[in-house]
Amino acid sequence: MSAGAPSRARAIGLLALRRLAFAVPVLLVVAVAVFLLGAASPFDPVYQYYGVQIFSASAEDVARARTELGLDDSVFVQFGRWAGTLLTGDLGDSRSFRQPVAQVIAERLPWTLLLVTVGLLLAVLIAMVLGVLAAWRQGGWLDRAVTATGHALEGIPPFVLGLVAVAVFTLGLGWLPGGGLTDAGETASFAQVATHLVLPAVVLGVSQSPWLVLHIRQSLLTVLAEDHVTGARARGLGEPMVVLRHALPTALLPFVTLLGARVPELVTGAVLVEEVFSWPGVAGAVVKSALAVDFPLLVALSLLATAAVLAGSLLADVAAALLDPRVATDG
Amino acid sequence: MKRRQVALLLPAMIASVAVAAACTTPTAAPDRKAGTDRTAMTLADGYEPESLNPLLGYGEEGVSKLFDGLVEHQADRSVRPLLAADLPKPAPDGRSWTVKLRTGVKFHDASPFNAEDVVATYRALLDPAYASTVKSSFGMLTGVNQVDPETVRFDLAYPYTPFAHKLVLGILPNEALAQPGPLAKNPFGAKPVGTGPYKLEEWRKGEKMVLAANDGYFEKVPKVRKVTVVFATDDNARAQRMKTGEFDGTSLPPALAKTFEGNGYRQITHRSADYRTVTMPMANPVTADKGLRLALNHAVDRQGMINAFLAGKGAPASTPIPQALPEFVEPAAQFRFDRAEAERILDQTGWAKRDNGIRARGDLAASFTLMYPVGDAVRKDLAQAFASDAKAVGIEVKLEGLGWEAIEPRMGKDALVLGGGNPFDPDLKSYPLLHSSFGGDGFNNPGRYSNPAVDRALEAGRREADPAQRVAQYREFQRAYAADPGMVFLAFLDHTYVVRDGWSGYQEVVDPHTHGLTWGPWWNLQDWTPQG
Repeated sequence: MSAGAPSRARAIGLLALRRLAFAVPVLLVVAVAVFLLGAASPFDPVYQYYGVQIFSASAEDVARARTELGLDDSVFVQFGRWAGTLLTGDLGDSRSFRQPVAQVIAERLPWTLLLVTVGLLLAVLIAMVLGVLAAWRQGGWLDRAVTATGHALEGIPPFVLGLVAVAVFTLGLGWLPGGGLTDAGETASFAQVATHLVLPAVVLGVSQSPWLVLHIRQSLLTVLAEDHVTGARARGLGEPMVVLRHALPTALLPFVTLLGARVPELVTGAVLVEEVFSWPGVAGAVVKSALAVDFPLLVALSLLATAAVLAGSLLADVAAALLDPRVATDG
Repeated sequence: MKRRQVALLLPAMIASVAVAAACTTPTAAPDRKAGTDRTAMTLADGYEPESLNPLLGYGEEGVSKLFDGLVEHQADRSVRPLLAADLPKPAPDGRSWTVKLRTGVKFHDASPFNAEDVVATYRALLDPAYASTVKSSFGMLTGVNQVDPETVRFDLAYPYTPFAHKLVLGILPNEALAQPGPLAKNPFGAKPVGTGPYKLEEWRKGEKMVLAANDGYFEKVPKVRKVTVVFATDDNARAQRMKTGEFDGTSLPPALAKTFEGNGYRQITHRSADYRTVTMPMANPVTADKGLRLALNHAVDRQGMINAFLAGKGAPASTPIPQALPEFVEPAAQFRFDRAEAERILDQTGWAKRDNGIRARGDLAASFTLMYPVGDAVRKDLAQAFASDAKAVGIEVKLEGLGWEAIEPRMGKDALVLGGGNPFDPDLKSYPLLHSSFGGDGFNNPGRYSNPAVDRALEAGRREADPAQRVAQYREFQRAYAADPGMVFLAFLDHTYVVRDGWSGYQEVVDPHTHGLTWGPWWNLQDWTPQG
């Protein structure tokens, strides 16, 4: 083991490097694809620029504005212009937010990271507790309830969950605010943000949890039937000791990979949850930029989401490789 | 904090205060935030401006809180000087207007206001390089010049009597316009500097905007010191958050607004000049038929639509001239709901009923497509009602809900539920909507309606300086239109709002077809005072 460690570390390092090198063309393809899709869409950005003034604008003035804004140039010219400014570190200006893309992302990304981190931690926590309890008492009432709810939840999109949560906790019980980062007119203090974070984070966490819960339960059940667990039981160790010390660590390995693989759903979930709760994050901006055919922002956000997915799977693979020497580093 | 929340938290608060009191000095329970401090107001808006730049359409009707125009609209639709020292004066030939400016006015950044700012603002509007989105409504303006540091002159392409109504445009400091280029790229839109009664303190895009009273305001300094505008697009969401006590006011559809009557809230209904009309494109052989258009105008039950879909909050429309401009309304140009009359006209003009109940003339079936913007519930309802009223007299109307991008290229051929309107002068909307020179020009006159008698009256109306003669011209315009209607006007929508009690200063006003809370009950917010 000690002799193998350095080469193992090198293999993992190489894995990371290979993945990072692979990420560059993927990101490039995504950027071009989003741009081309946007160009092919029937939405006309000049509508966004004009807003309601379009209804009184003359055709001639609109045509002039199109020229001034460079909207008549071919999509390749527009892409070239965008890519050129990108190389100078300028992400361009967002038409739907009317501020630099970099600023939109800088203002909003922290709130998304906060929401996603708390949501994911909650999901993992729920999965650990419910998954372990369900597997331990397989077939019991808790197991049946958890499994049934889990399967049902898998089919419910996060925004439905969000609307139900608002209906119950905001409108019905009046316990929690139903949207926004703070109460209207308040500054973003810790207490304000914390109370406003509860509902969106819980909704995001709960919506992500069924796969994790069912997965932990399943892999724990498999492990519980394995020889080393049977052996531990035979040695007369207590049940909690057997489950938590002997079975769970083995069951957690594939769980780490699953977490990484679920990043795309987490991103989608964040978009929907931010939209429902008017959470001022970067994910909610995706909807707005897409509706407005806000090329610069849409491309930047798509790249960000792609990067998150790539990073998620890379981290999961690295973690799995670190935790389990048997995992191959595809090298 | 929300009321119900307070009720639930009260026992907990008492307990914690008791515990705190046991170990430290007693602390007071926290103030109720909303409701007590009447110098701060929180409003909810279903519409967030893209930009706060007047040249990109912010506060188009002159009520923007942040900016002042040379003049401003008053509740009686007249204008009064604001940044101007006196009312603008037309030259005897009507081809130029001179405006004397107020002195001693300062922008929010303390820089002085003068003629250069006015000239810079209007020149940027005219210069295509800035790509101003309000340029099209200034077709009469050819140039702006500084006569002396306190006077500017506007040159017009033709005499234009309602020109003073155009001068409500917010004035920008000239420094903000030093660099030519599309205004969307100008940071000014997010960090506006005006001379208005409020200045922008914070704008968290997509969420809220905070306005603070401008202590250096040249008129009265506002008593409502802080205004927070929260953006919430969804009507139901806004109503629900309003119910929890989060907001002091918002705009809501009539049915939702009604639920707030009493309990410290008041429902405010504003009449408006905001019409909904069905265009009848001349390039479509069915809708181009004069008899069919006339018949449809008699076939629609306007009051029925208002009762069914607008909770009774609206007025029937036959022409673009609203009841809010009473002296201009021509009683002889109003269509009555008369199904028998509609059938008679159709029979007379050769639209014979076929076995399937749909009329036809020769090979041409009385059938056309009506488009409405998808997502606009009111327009969808009106479109459906229109279709069913048309069917009752044997005309088939096929409905299509579409996005504006899909609607635009088809406006010349297919009918469309269109909205618009403003109450200040009949020229402002009627001319671009119905004059033949605007036929097919963007969303102006999308059906290419063309009627020489209408053209003549509209042209005379905008040039006529004598008020009585103007009224006569606009009445003539409506008679000419009603004899050959180019559209089917349905209704003027009332706008409904909910306002929490606790302030005085509300003044009734007729709304234009505006978006956002710059208008509505809060149009004169700077004059409101907290009560009790």
